Amino acid sequence: MAQSYDRGAVESFGRWREFQAGMWAWILHKLTGWILVGYLFTHIAVLSTAVGVDPGAAATEVDTYTQTLQGLEGLLIVRFLEIGLLTVAVFHILNGIRLLFVDLGLGLDVQDASFYASLILTALITLSSLPTFLGGAL
Amino acid sequence: MSTQLEQETEIEEEPTESRESVAERLSEKRREQIQEDLDTAEKTIQLKVFRYDPEIEGKMEPRFDSFTVPFHKGMTVLDALIYARDRYDSSLTFRHSCRQAVCGSDALFVNGQQRLGCKTQLGDLEHPIRIEPLPHQDVVKDLVVDMQHFYDQMEAVEPYFDPDELPEGELEEQRQTPENREKVKLSTRCIWCGACMSSCNIAAGDNEYLGPAAINKAYRFAMDEREGTDRKKERLRIVEQEHGVWRCQTQFSCTEVCPKDIPLTEHIQALKRESIKNNLKFW
Repeated sequence: MAQSYDRGAVESFGRWREFQAGMWAWILHKLTGWILVGYLFTHIAVLSTAVGVDPGAAATEVDTYTQTLQGLEGLLIVRFLEIGLLTVAVFHILNGIRLLFVDLGLGLDVQDASFYASLILTALITLSSLPTFLGGAL
Repeated sequence: MSTQLEQETEIEEEPTESRESVAERLSEKRREQIQEDLDTAEKTIQLKVFRYDPEIEGKMEPRFDSFTVPFHKGMTVLDALIYARDRYDSSLTFRHSCRQAVCGSDALFVNGQQRLGCKTQLGDLEHPIRIEPLPHQDVVKDLVVDMQHFYDQMEAVEPYFDPDELPEGELEEQRQTPENREKVKLSTRCIWCGACMSSCNIAAGDNEYLGPAAINKAYRFAMDEREGTDRKKERLRIVEQEHGVWRCQTQFSCTEVCPKDIPLTEHIQALKRESIKNNLKFW
């Protein structure tokens, strides 16, 4: 063999239109996982404002923690981010359960159907949460 | 390699005097033949075929060639490639042998998916049909890829039957229970075509990963009860190493493309569970 040609990663994300269910499930699981890790840090940052709060100030809602939360909840974008967070968490949980079954060797022949089912369930749960998250904001 | 021989013969013929006129006559005759084929066919199909030849000046840059081929019901991608080679360009190179999905020579990347050329009906595909060599393997020429790495990974799992004890009589059968045979049945179908390995994203990123085909082969023997427990443990040690079964992230790409419908992911998952059982003993 004189030479050979390396075409590089032709199976890269440029071919996303041809991805099958299992591949999409993997991509979304990774993506939602990273988002949840990112959220965890912001969550800790917000919670840290509750450290060392004077109980008197907390009772009258003038402490940093309560004001931070109230300030965030007052922003419409935060309401939508919360909906996004719920969507991400619900999908990650449902697909995680699907993966548990895959690990146990159960339902591998319906792995695509179970992925679609987790997508549909995620959508339904997200939609039903809208009144709660947007209540009073719109 | 046969393809190189073919090329060399052509080059050797070059200096003969009447070569040009013969070639011209031939090509004209061939053109007529092709036109006749196309006119009589129920319809025509366009192939876009990946071309690359590192040994010929002007063909070193990868490109796509278009071939219009006559379509007949029941025609496969391999049939179309053979037509293109025989009628248009004899230097078009691809592997094929049995033409009935047994030899595993003609795994190709057809319309963005790994498929066996001889098992894929032209009528089932969107046109024009784009035919490329298997991804994630170096291209030697046109549609021929270097399979060495794939074969190395297959060898790494020691893919041969190694029974615990041999039957007493020389001609006696090596009996297996029907249940056990049923368990390994699908895994024995592998034809070493390499489609699964080529479709696997993990194998693409980790050159040391055994890959679906090799792990399936390991499953075939590890699950065979005629091999003793010690042999099974040795086999599990091979697949449970860092670049073994745990690299699989259950994308199911291999299972989707396997032309023999082997539930590869299922077998990989089964070996993961076996490895855990092998290492955790509470009972």
